[in-house]
Amino acid sequence: MKKTGAQILCESLIKEGVEVIFGILGGSVLPIYDTFPQYPELRHILVRHEQGAAHAADGYARATHKAGVCIATSGPGATNLVTGIACAYMDSVPMVAITGQVARPVIGKDAFQEIDITGITIPITKHNYLVTDVTELARTVKEAFHIAQTGRPGPVLIDIPRDIQQEQTDFVYPDEVDLPGYRVISRGHPAQIKKAARLIDEADKPVIIAGRGIVISQAYDEFQEFAEKAQIPVAHTLLGLSCFPGDHILGLGMMGMHGTGCANMAVQNADLLIAIGMRFDDRATANTKEFAPNARVIHIDIDPAEIGKNIPVDVPVVGDIKSVLTALNEEVEKREHVDWLSQIEQWRCEYPSQDIRQTGELLPQYVIRQICEATQGDALMVTGVGQNQMFVARYFTFTKPDSLISAGGLGPMGFELPAAMGVKIGRPEEVVWCVAGDGGFQMTIQELATITQENIAVKIAVMNNGYLGMVRQWQELFYERRYVDTKLWNPDFVRIAEAYEIPGVRVKRREEVIPAIQKAMKHPGAFLIDFLIEPEENIYPIVPPGECLARFFEPSRTETWKKKSGVSITEF
Amino acid sequence: MTDTKHTLVALVEDKPGVLNRVASLFRRRSFNIESLAVGGSEHPGLSRMTIVAIGDSAQVEQVRKQLEKLINVVKVADITEGDMVTRELALIKVKATASTRSEIMQIVSIFRANIVDVAPGSVTVEVTGDEDKVNSLLGLLRDFGVKEVSRTGRIALTRGSGS
Ligand SMILES: Cc1ncc(C[n+]2csc(CCOP(=O)(O)OP(=O)(O)O)c2C)c(N)n1
Ligand SMILES: [Mg+2]
Repeated sequence: MKKTGAQILCESLIKEGVEVIFGILGGSVLPIYDTFPQYPELRHILVRHEQGAAHAADGYARATHKAGVCIATSGPGATNLVTGIACAYMDSVPMVAITGQVARPVIGKDAFQEIDITGITIPITKHNYLVTDVTELARTVKEAFHIAQTGRPGPVLIDIPRDIQQEQTDFVYPDEVDLPGYRVISRGHPAQIKKAARLIDEADKPVIIAGRGIVISQAYDEFQEFAEKAQIPVAHTLLGLSCFPGDHILGLGMMGMHGTGCANMAVQNADLLIAIGMRFDDRATANTKEFAPNARVIHIDIDPAEIGKNIPVDVPVVGDIKSVLTALNEEVEKREHVDWLSQIEQWRCEYPSQDIRQTGELLPQYVIRQICEATQGDALMVTGVGQNQMFVARYFTFTKPDSLISAGGLGPMGFELPAAMGVKIGRPEEVVWCVAGDGGFQMTIQELATITQENIAVKIAVMNNGYLGMVRQWQELFYERRYVDTKLWNPDFVRIAEAYEIPGVRVKRREEVIPAIQKAMKHPGAFLIDFLIEPEENIYPIVPPGECLARFFEPSRTETWKKKSGVSITEF
Repeated sequence: MTDTKHTLVALVEDKPGVLNRVASLFRRRSFNIESLAVGGSEHPGLSRMTIVAIGDSAQVEQVRKQLEKLINVVKVADITEGDMVTRELALIKVKATASTRSEIMQIVSIFRANIVDVAPGSVTVEVTGDEDKVNSLLGLLRDFGVKEVSRTGRIALTRGSGS
């Protein structure tokens, strides 16, 4: 029996195990939507902006390790996806984005809502397709999922002209893909692994830089075994957080521009760096010329093009991290680094980056720490972009594997709410907290409607500082406090939530923090807390742009505080 | 490290948009290329691309690896180090008068080039060879007044029976 392109698409998605699709319809995808009722196993979530569809698919993918799927109509629907696709690309998130295209006879004629979305997305997709023949549709879907989900994951876009969605052909779903230009190296080269092991055995001051690749490869156990066996301290990139217990004695927390003093000092003074599943992003390395000047570098990554891209590497190991670490664990010797670890403990005391200053003000650090306490770390934390993101990265102790969902590479404000929806839909049994900036929240705030319509129980913590906080911090520190256009007039977010039938509370004082969090957790559905935090609180330390990682600074007020009493800086 | 010319040879799928993907990659990663030539290969469905890229070895290796990541690119090799045959084809339209025509023809024959078109005020010369040969012929013809030049850019294969 012949099937339409739309039916073939739906059946192919089902073959790929797709359960949820995020999207918005329009003329060029109507034939697809029209067939959805025939496939009740495909749940469609109607979002309020296609950017939300892409971020939700992204969140879903990060939470489930399966490709997230989003769909949009041609033209504006497709262009609205672009930010979300770019975000998934930068963070190596598996995604299949489906767009409708105008019918084949009018392609190239500037037809109504015709946009060259494959052209636009070449640099932000792992691959993309314009389907020009209905008989190629099934194979295209098969390839798209294969490419998105294997090797270094990433987004793949399929653009399907409307007439193809209506055209009929036999449906045969291929068992295998034939992609001569696509190879995934999954096992590391044994000789390289041996070389790496020897460097590790010989090192006196080794540091691991743990990146998102460990999370993608789900190599938590292998990684912990490695760090413990060779006794090597672990510095995380932003997206590498939660690949290793945050309360572990070998854990240094996040490194980089807003990294802990201890992590940055350790990296800069290391004699060996073992970079695992990370790409030496400039937010992590700061100035690359002065980066870890005495360190040899082992770089383990599945993408050969990452080797030597930003930092010269002594021993590259290309392969899937889980398999490489399994092999490496066999090779490395059990070791102790007593002197090095005691040096590190000294830095930990010298730069107590985790401490929160004692004050009556409502500090964002305190809020995050209380969410951590209340959930006992057993929550999936989705962040916005900016200070709120850094506060979560630094003050939430990640003890649950794979529990941070944050947009690291692209850093699009507005990621938080739709991504949190995707995370909750992907892992409904988990508690999902969405930590939003008051600025970013308003970039995708309309998804509150989706949350209510689809009954998605996310807990929203708006870190309301009345500023585009991260930018204001830069203005304060690097532009002589000229706060040009960073002050925000905000609506009453509790009343906004109420209008969307989401209960909420506003928190102005410290004492109200814990009760509000408890209330949010007790409520079965979505809940919003509007935290009116200290407006000009900064995230420290900070490595000024262009500086080397070791030249981070903390404000003098923290210093004087510390000197004055010795009690005012309190470990919570 | 010093910038040198590297010759990359790529086998790419003969599909719409592939050239765009390659060009987009060069632009996005600000890789410098001097020339790019593409045409059929011995494999049906695959084209061979010759790219002359300028940079130090690390940069060019990065180009190679990024190219290799493109799904439609089957294989890329930097053949600069090995023994290779390189050729370029150029068409050169030169001003020619009754008095200069024979001199031009003499130069053309020394270079084993051909005259492929003759018009009242000009001749068009076709030359193949490596870039140095094309450049020297072009240098000599400049004295007569070159009206138009079209060069294909380098194509290359490794020497010997291996691939
Ligand atoms: C879409 C987008 N526009 C602009 C920026 C630049 N930017 C980075 S952080 C930031 C401020 C974010 O403000 P808010 O969401 O309130 O978070 P805060 O830093 O105050 O926690 C801005 C404007 C961005 N990252 N994304
Ligand atoms: Mg803010």
